Amino acid sequence: MPDRETLSLIGGVLAILFVATTIGQRLKRSPDVGINPALVDAFNLRIRAWWMMCTVLAGAVFLGPPARVATVVVFFFISFWALREFITLTPTRLGDHRALFWVFTAFTPLQYLIVGLGVEEYSLLFSVLIPVYAFLFIPARVAMAGDYKRFLERVAKIQAGLMICVYCLSYAPAILSLKIPDYDGQTATLLFFFVLIVQLNDVLQFAWGKLLGRTVIAPAISPSRTWEGFIGGVASASLIGAALFWATPFTPWQAAGMAAVVSVMGFAGGMTMSAIKRDRGVQDYGTLVVGHGGVLDRIDSVCFAAPVFYHLTRYFFALS
Amino acid sequence: MGAAGHYAVPRRQDNMPSHDELRPGGDAARVSPMTARFGQNTDAAGTSLQTHMTSTLLAVIARILSGASVRWIDSQPDTCQRVYFANHTSHLDAIVLWSSLPQRVRALTRPVAAKDYWEKGGVRRYMARTFNALLIDRTDIKVHQSPVDLMLREIGTEQSLIVFPEGSRNTESEIQDFKSGLYYLAKKRPDLELVPVHIDNLNRVLPRGEFLPVPLLSLVTFGPPIWLENGEAKTDFLERARKSVRRLKDL
Repeated sequence: MPDRETLSLIGGVLAILFVATTIGQRLKRSPDVGINPALVDAFNLRIRAWWMMCTVLAGAVFLGPPARVATVVVFFFISFWALREFITLTPTRLGDHRALFWVFTAFTPLQYLIVGLGVEEYSLLFSVLIPVYAFLFIPARVAMAGDYKRFLERVAKIQAGLMICVYCLSYAPAILSLKIPDYDGQTATLLFFFVLIVQLNDVLQFAWGKLLGRTVIAPAISPSRTWEGFIGGVASASLIGAALFWATPFTPWQAAGMAAVVSVMGFAGGMTMSAIKRDRGVQDYGTLVVGHGGVLDRIDSVCFAAPVFYHLTRYFFALS
Repeated sequence: MGAAGHYAVPRRQDNMPSHDELRPGGDAARVSPMTARFGQNTDAAGTSLQTHMTSTLLAVIARILSGASVRWIDSQPDTCQRVYFANHTSHLDAIVLWSSLPQRVRALTRPVAAKDYWEKGGVRRYMARTFNALLIDRTDIKVHQSPVDLMLREIGTEQSLIVFPEGSRNTESEIQDFKSGLYYLAKKRPDLELVPVHIDNLNRVLPRGEFLPVPLLSLVTFGPPIWLENGEAKTDFLERARKSVRRLKDL
């Protein structure tokens, strides 16, 4: 059974979600409030994604070890779907087909299998499987297919997709296997804390940008991301992180620092994925999937923040 | 109609109902399609139930593998007699299109496929039977046994067809010129609704010449039906049909 801190964290999040859902539904039913209906829909979609994430993570907290496996499996499916979206919107040629086959059927499941085993001895393999072995395999397999047209570009696209959607995201469930002194069996709470901060930061940057945003950072890439929103988001996410220190192995200052780093990385992830989307001329990764926001749109910030959060925690707080 | 469950495979002539039975207005027209497919014989019904389950299972797998989203633009699923015509880029086209239809429409819809390809080997033959495919001999077309006549006889007044008027799988990025079969179908049965379908990205899931699929996401778009206009020339109609498919790509 989880301790009191964990229960209050989850309870608090559920309460916030409940309020947000109520607001979202009310806004949807009264179209004359003067808020853009598309914005309301986007808000509701985000809330729904949050409920799903929250349920999965809370499950991991309550069920203990079997749920750890379940969490890894869920993240595997998220990675798999995100990679589908990424490669679907990235032009590849017939010569890339076999390499892509192995990327989807071998490297992606293998990465999550290693994470799922959660054995300390495999942590080296877990961190080199894709950046080293898949990195070398992909160009070799593409070369064997005999099509050299825009070779480096095609190879780089597949490598980037695999790194962002699979490798980076797999650091999130890997948090569950960290061995932190005086924090036994609570890593699920830490994962919960991490995802909460990343997602809150997304919302806060958006909210601050709407309220005070003046200086757009890169108008050609994202007209809604401003310096005011960025700074406001990072600052407020850090405050929330510090306020939630009791759920983590960190002191209040450390928790604030972690939340700040995670927020900056989340911002970097959103910015990078926006640039890729602009280049491909699409609004979001879900365009092909009618009626859903893309999975990749929801997790871009998590992908970028997870490796940094994992490594900082591991080197400064965990036994290795 | 004893072993009518097998009539999808023209090779087994002995088990097929005579063509007269399937002609519009003939006996078969009054038999419900499920009975026509599954027959009354318990043995045949058993095999057919299995076929039905296999086809549903394969359809689900195809949908998951191809990540296909389905859009109906100015068009609705319906059990009325239709000819779905689509661009052709992958072996998965027929099964993904078929599985994009709702269950009750699917039960009445038969993909038209090449006999020379789908009768080679046990697996292909089994697949063709599972999807109740209407196999057409591309190498042996006779004047009195034209493929269009065969198709119209087979569908009677109940079933719909899935055709790929480009003839064979296309490796170019643009849709190729349509073969004339669609025109003759429309001319001989003006009551059939011709529904254009555009299949996007499936050529990357399973390209021509590959046998291992890559599970990307694809998109199946159904458009509003077209009909042959009064006095419309063959080439004009075929070009209009091709454009009605092409147009769906950009919507």
